[in-house]
Formats: sequence, structure tokens, C-alpha cells
Amino acid sequence: MAHMSETLALSAADPWVPRVGRVRKRRHDAPDAWTLEIDMGDAAPYAPGQFNMLTAFGVGEAAISVSGDPESGRLIHTIRAVGAVSTALTQLDVGARVGVRGPFGVGWPMAEAAGQDVILVAGGLGLAPLRPAIYRLLAERGRYGRVTLLYGTRSPGDILYRHELEEWRGRFDFEVEATVDHALSDWRGNVGVVTTLIERIAIDPARTLALVCGPEIMMRFVAKALGDKGVPEARIYLSMERNMKCAIGQCGHCQFGPVFICRDGPVFTHDRLRALLALKEL
Amino acid sequence: METLERILSEQPFFAGLDPSFCKLACGCAKNVRFDAGQYIFREGDAADQFYLVRQGRVALQIAAPGRGALTFQTLRDGEVFGISWLVPPYRWTYDAKALEPVRAISMDATCLRDKCEADHDLGYEIMKRFMTVMIDRLHATRLQVLDVYGAHV
Repeated sequence: MAHMSETLALSAADPWVPRVGRVRKRRHDAPDAWTLEIDMGDAAPYAPGQFNMLTAFGVGEAAISVSGDPESGRLIHTIRAVGAVSTALTQLDVGARVGVRGPFGVGWPMAEAAGQDVILVAGGLGLAPLRPAIYRLLAERGRYGRVTLLYGTRSPGDILYRHELEEWRGRFDFEVEATVDHALSDWRGNVGVVTTLIERIAIDPARTLALVCGPEIMMRFVAKALGDKGVPEARIYLSMERNMKCAIGQCGHCQFGPVFICRDGPVFTHDRLRALLALKEL
Repeated sequence: METLERILSEQPFFAGLDPSFCKLACGCAKNVRFDAGQYIFREGDAADQFYLVRQGRVALQIAAPGRGALTFQTLRDGEVFGISWLVPPYRWTYDAKALEPVRAISMDATCLRDKCEADHDLGYEIMKRFMTVMIDRLHATRLQVLDVYGAHV
């Protein structure tokens, strides 16, 4: 086994060849979502918003955003069991082997966010790709203006990273609002779609950057709501999801009009995508 | 001292309303308070008011057999609820419950309907404002119905 790891480590520079890691920790974070910490030995550095291609051996490979702190040295992914590969990944036990290619893609605009107010809008599992950005914003809190997280999900039971959300809510320098689409009467929080939270917060459009991640239809409505509040399209960043295969812009599976989501994204400004998002053929 | 007319004119729902209209609407308004947990109205009761939340949070709920009360929307400062006052037979189709102490402005529906009938300019202004609220809620409801956060392969 040691020989195999060494062999694969030698090919780490080849973007086509996965390195082999092992699941160090596994946590159930939502009804159909698990968070895996993967021991890679020497994990490649990554930026908030980037993704890896994870292999469940014998099943296949899927693009999964990194959801951990880039500065922690730990490789963490939160995965929703949707198809065969993602389901197999969520079922890997501690110690199981997992293939990793990456990191790939263009992440969140952390440098551009310096000195700006930052609004993060997450929907459902979309909080996972935003979490690395949140870690960095909070770690260097003084570099940014107001930082606000608006999080929408289906029901209270679907809330991701519940304990961290509670911690974040307790900070005086981080405004956190969560809402669910529906709830039983014991839920004391907000009920309604995430766009209703945008209407309720004060925004200085000229100094605001918005980072948005969630289902595409949600992101379209969020971008519209932010636009209604005066935030320019070029300051609204969306993280896109498509069926990525090669992850380096070679195979064309994730082609979205003139761009490849894997190589040119997954994070794009809204002005670059708006016309494409309206095309039903895409 | 704050007058009710000034409080009303500062509510987002009435923002920019002609002062003469605001004065007319004010004649139908009163300040109300609700304790946490108190029902503001119940499904099936006469919709003889609508409300503007000044402070606090309100849950709109529908009781589902075997599941208890389901909250489908919460409202807070500056928001309006109680749209059934506009449409016959003027009955609430859901419950409204204060989640925390709530201060609100209650608008007498019969009073305001009569004034809207007598002055169609006022009526048109009120209708336009309610139409905005209703369209926003329709859009939000569409997203809820679509269940966009569900797993779609």
C-alpha cells in the first residue's frame, strides 16, 4: 500500500491522475449530506470556492467543492448523496480510500473583497462552498467592512453546520440570518425564501460584494433581489454547478455557452452569466 | 410625542403616500400590542383588520392534521399582513401568531374599504401597494413550491 501511495504521489502534478487519500473523519451534517475530512499527507493548497474531483473507487468521480478552512491544512468536503458517485462517497467509512484530483477552478474574489462589505447568500448545500470564504473573512475580519450571511434552506432539519452557525450568530462582527421554506410551530426563526432576507438588510451598493451559492434558480432570484437593491452585476459573484468531468476545460461536459464552468469558474460575476442563465437550452 | 399619523407615514407600506391620503387612512388606524405566543387572528374568523408590524415577529401558520401548526411565513418590522381584508368573504385563511412581543398598527378593514369606495384615488393607491405585496409573496411562494433545495438528480 505504501508503494502505491508513493507511486500516485509522484504523479501528483498530472491533473488527470488522482492521488489517493483516506477518510480521516466522517460527519453527518444534514439528512442527505456528510462531511468528509480526507487525509492526503501533504494536501495541495486551495483557495475558497475551488473544488476537487473525488473518486469513489469502482463507482466514479464527481466534482465536490472544498468546504474547509484553506489555512487549516485539512482537506474537507461536504457531499450530498444525490447520484451513484456522491452516494458512494458519503458512504465511505473512516480509513477508506478516496481519490482526489485538484484543486481546480476560479474561487471567490477574496482579494477584491478587502475593504468592502461582503454579503454571502447561501441556499441549501450552497453553504458548503461558501464556508471556506467565511473562515477567511472571519480570520481576517479587520480587512473587511460589514459581513453578512443570509442562509436559506428547506426546513430546520436541513440546516447545515448548525453548531457553527450558532457560533457565528454569537459574534458581534458577523450578521447571520437564516430562513427556511417551511417549519413546524416549534421553530423560532424566520420562514420564507432567502430573497426576503435581502429585502430586510441595509446594503451600501457601492461598497458591497455579494457571494452567492445555491440552486441556480435561487441564485437568479437572489441576483435580481440584490440588483433591486442597487448592487451592480459585476459585484455579484455566483458559484455555478454543472456536470464536470475533466475539470481542466478539455472535455466540454461543463461547457456553458462560451465558458467552461470547471476552468473559467465555478465562480463568475453575474454580468458574465446573466444572458446565459436566461437560455433554456443551457 | 409621536402621532399615529406620523408613525403611519413612516411605515414602508405607506411611504410616499400623499399626506391627505395618509390622514384618511390614519382615521382607520390604531396602535395594538400582542404578547409572545398570542394569536393575532385565527383561520376562519372575520378579516376585519389588517396589520403593519412596527416591532416584533409574527408567524403565519396553517394547521395540518397530524402535524400541528405549519409556519409558512414569518414577518417582521415594517411588513404588512392580513391580505384577506381586501377580498370577500373577508375571512382569514390562516392563523397569525406573535412569536415575540409585537407592536403593530391595526387598520380597520370596514373603515378603510368604505374610504376607498368613497375616494377611488385613495383606493387605487392602496390597491397598488397591496398588489406589490401580493406579487412579492406570489413570487416567494413559487420558489417555496418548487422546493429548489431538494435533491434533483
